[in-house]
Amino acid sequence: MKGYLGIDVGSVSTNLVFMGENGKIREAIYLRTRGQPIFALQEGLRQLAERLPANTVVRGVGTTGSGRYLAGIIAGADVVKNEITSHAVAASTLVPGVQTILEIGGQDSKIIILRNGVVTDFAMNTVCAAGTGSFLDQQAARLNIPIEDFGELALKSTVPVRIAGRCAVFAESDMIHKQQMGYSLPDILAGLCEALVRNYLNNVGKGKEILPPVVFQGGVAANAGMRRAFEQALGLEVHVPPHYNVMGAVGAALLAREKMAGGGTSRFRGFGVAKTRFKAGGFECEGCPNLCEVVEITREGEVIARWGDRCGRWSGSLGCQENAV
Amino acid sequence: MKVTFPHMGHMWICLAAMLEYLGVEVVVPPPTSKRTLTLGARHAPEFACLPLKLNLGNFIEAAERGADTILMAGGCGPCRFGYYAQVEHAILEDLGYNYRLVVMEPPQRHVGELLSKIKYITGHSSWWEVIRGIRFGYQKARMVDELERQAHYLRPRESHRGSTDKAFQRALQEIIPVKHPRDLPKAAERARKIMAQVAIKPRPVLRVGIVGEIFTLLEPFANHDLERKLGYLGVQADRSIYLSEWINDHLFLGLVRGLRSRREACRAAPPYLNHFVGGHGQETVGSTVIYARQGYDGVIQLLPFTCMPEIVAHSVLPGLSNELDIPTLTITVDEQSGEAGLVTRLEAFVDLLARKRGVVV
Ligand code: SF4
Repeated sequence: MKGYLGIDVGSVSTNLVFMGENGKIREAIYLRTRGQPIFALQEGLRQLAERLPANTVVRGVGTTGSGRYLAGIIAGADVVKNEITSHAVAASTLVPGVQTILEIGGQDSKIIILRNGVVTDFAMNTVCAAGTGSFLDQQAARLNIPIEDFGELALKSTVPVRIAGRCAVFAESDMIHKQQMGYSLPDILAGLCEALVRNYLNNVGKGKEILPPVVFQGGVAANAGMRRAFEQALGLEVHVPPHYNVMGAVGAALLAREKMAGGGTSRFRGFGVAKTRFKAGGFECEGCPNLCEVVEITREGEVIARWGDRCGRWSGSLGCQENAV
Repeated sequence: MKVTFPHMGHMWICLAAMLEYLGVEVVVPPPTSKRTLTLGARHAPEFACLPLKLNLGNFIEAAERGADTILMAGGCGPCRFGYYAQVEHAILEDLGYNYRLVVMEPPQRHVGELLSKIKYITGHSSWWEVIRGIRFGYQKARMVDELERQAHYLRPRESHRGSTDKAFQRALQEIIPVKHPRDLPKAAERARKIMAQVAIKPRPVLRVGIVGEIFTLLEPFANHDLERKLGYLGVQADRSIYLSEWINDHLFLGLVRGLRSRREACRAAPPYLNHFVGGHGQETVGSTVIYARQGYDGVIQLLPFTCMPEIVAHSVLPGLSNELDIPTLTITVDEQSGEAGLVTRLEAFVDLLARKRGVVV
């Protein structure tokens, strides 16, 4: 089997997909990053190798997410792209004609506007709309309900409670207040979804023209309560694509396919890298008062990449073109 | 008297040249760094904007090097900057620093107001000398701006990543030590030669205009080296205000002819923004219009968190961007800005522009 590998290393989750040459997603892996992106990536590659047939040929690799440079160096990527472009490419391939993408993940929220298949505008969360996914997780834990049931419970609500959603701190204290007043759990959960959607549209989607078809993706798209709240707030149908939580990786795989269309061999280092010893170290440079935190990636003890310096003293010293901007 | 002033990009080069030429002892604060920010942020009100925090840090670090007099610009209109000199001075006093403060208010009617402030610092210099000193500082500003523009052109085209920046630093080293106006032309030649040696490759390049609040535009520490990052992404940046233009507009009241001026920018702002809103809000809108007319691929607006004039401009940009078909991206900087988020936004913005234009950068 031949195909393309898409890797999305984010702060919350690390996702990998293997896409066949026809664009069909063969395997998708979703892992928690848990602050150890290298370990998560290697674990992902190991699991992927296990699931794929032995004769699999990787024709191209794309990486995305906040750990895209790191992942690009470790896996040997042919294309390294930011998550906005990757998400847009994935959504417009899976849902042709899409004009608006609502994306809410664990830490980041964004909105992407496309017209005629081209990104024309985007916005990412300001501080206050960040962490919607994590906040929902926390609230589910506090209320002692499994996060998987959150959405279904919210859908049972008939009269959502109005919750102040300006920021997570207000929302939480307001929820506690409403609980104490005796509102039912589904009504509170539905109210919370509405508050978060309001907050998202006010902060992230501010001033953007939201036209159909609308795609809702990212981990939070699993929450049916959030989806319904979006549909009600927008008065539009909202699509959740099948691979909604690994769309970044799907986009990276598509971009890799685009990149390799002209031929050439992939820089993929092979699934064996799962066994190679990589280490991300770091140190604080004391060369000047900037005290840059320089990140250093070593493979089997040899330094292969460095970044994080403002002045180029370290990143420029390796002569390797894979360094981050 | 040991005079210091806050950093704002390369402004120190021209200020130090002018003051030293007039025989004033100058203490240039160490380059703005994370330490500067840490010191400033520790003592500044939390909701003050980034320029105040960095100014304060500059002054604390300059005091460590013996400075005792602050030379700072004032301001007027609905922007807090007008109070910054006094507020910063009061904070420094509370911290036990004994600074004398000289505020150069933008001259309202007459350049004479400015001259008399400078004369106050220099004490014994004649009027004629003062004017010559100002001219010398201004010539250095022009030269630095020329080199910077050159760097903007070269960066996206350079054959070896980083060679422009190396050349630029070396070229500046030719200009900085010049002590007398008569030596400047030769130094300028050497500097130009250094820049001309940067090897470039022809490749498609995008053009992006940068607009916004003056301090964040000029101070690379505040804007995370935005111009360099853009250059590396294949973008030729143009800044809507260069130092020499700002000096001409605000201190010389537009006396020098043939420079781009804020008047043009303000004239271009209506119907999107018809009024002065403080700071550079109107210029931000107007410059965006001008960039759109000039066929630029996009515009980036820079502002410090909570900057009121720029927030007004920000709210005007989406409509303008739609009507004139020029994508805009707003970047707010603060003490807490994360580098990774900024890079993602920039890359995505550049991708957007490239796809729109149908080029691969
Ligand atoms: S890496 Fe460069 S800018 Fe950063 S602390 Fe060291 S010398 Fe300073």
